[in-house]
Amino acid sequence: MSLALIVLFVGFGLLIGILFGFFGMGGSFLVTPALLVMGYDANVAVGSGLAFVFGTSVIATLKHRDLGQVDYKLGILMIAGTTAGIEVGKVGLEYLQHIGLAGSVVSVAYVLLLGGIGVFVTYEAMKGSGGGIDHDVDEDADLEDEEIPEIAQKIQSYNVPPMISIRGGFKVSLWMVLAVAFATGVLSGFLGVGGGFIRMPALFYLIGVPVPVAVGTDLFEIVFSGGIGSFLYAQSGAVNLGIVVPLLAGSALGARVGAGATNLVNEEDIKVYFGVMLLLGAIAVAVREIGGLLEMPVLDVVSLAIILGAALLVSGAVVYSGVTMLRENASASPPTAD
Amino acid sequence: MIGGGSLTASVDAGMLIGAVLLEAIILYIGYGAAEQLFGEPVVNRIKNN
Repeated sequence: MSLALIVLFVGFGLLIGILFGFFGMGGSFLVTPALLVMGYDANVAVGSGLAFVFGTSVIATLKHRDLGQVDYKLGILMIAGTTAGIEVGKVGLEYLQHIGLAGSVVSVAYVLLLGGIGVFVTYEAMKGSGGGIDHDVDEDADLEDEEIPEIAQKIQSYNVPPMISIRGGFKVSLWMVLAVAFATGVLSGFLGVGGGFIRMPALFYLIGVPVPVAVGTDLFEIVFSGGIGSFLYAQSGAVNLGIVVPLLAGSALGARVGAGATNLVNEEDIKVYFGVMLLLGAIAVAVREIGGLLEMPVLDVVSLAIILGAALLVSGAVVYSGVTMLRENASASPPTAD
Repeated sequence: MIGGGSLTASVDAGMLIGAVLLEAIILYIGYGAAEQLFGEPVVNRIKNN
């Protein structure tokens, strides 16, 4: 492997690490298409992408843990519900494959879901009513009702025992958590994707988990899904350490920066960036699917350029917002004499 | 019953994923140490610029 390629992978890893640490999504979304365009076999692109996601999620989860932003109990419940949901989603996918409609239905559903969640999250953040939760994730700190999205308030109001405490200072029925996890798992299994872009907003909008904790808990779940996925691909020799090692060297730093930024950047801004990332992702996936339909490989490159451009733009905005907030905080709290 | 070939493949896969995990932990500790050393000066520099 040439030095230029190693530098490219480290830089690319840094970019993805920032997004991954900040949003709890975006790993395989970005890496796998890039490796495919670079000429790697599909199974190596997917397997190495999953191994990279696994390593990055370990680092990002550890960093979020340092910031008190991981709810392990919620994460384990989410893993249980999501795993069951994925199995059901896979059955739906197999049925569509049987009747020959899988490709088109999954593509359209994926684009609509990405775009739909992107529009919803951006709209809610711009409107400012989707929850202006601050970064206080103290387990004992109660959130004001107006800070919790309406659907989450409704779900929290169902008093079906056993009730469990969630980081952020509220209780919710265990069955509601499992139901939300199951629903996100069905979508994840049906679309054949990791599902970070579904789970993170689901944790916030449906259960009412503060955004930084939703990101940290989502990453905790990805440690397990990424680990199992990459193990399965590694059994067939589809994980290339020559790709994973330099990508991880970059993403380890990026994940620290991204995770640290969730503690600085305004929560509404996090949602806007997340929504914009998903919208641009939806456009990129749509372009790639159209390229496949029209048998125009050039559209694969256009799709990748849109995704990389979006990643560069959004990670740049994250770093810029973090630096700006750091300066604003410094000027708002003048040094005190001891 | 697990065949010898699949067991070897599983052990190899486990070692490979273990290597990725080890790299992740080493990087986390390494960058953490770098953050301890250089984090505050960098943050102060950003605040004062």
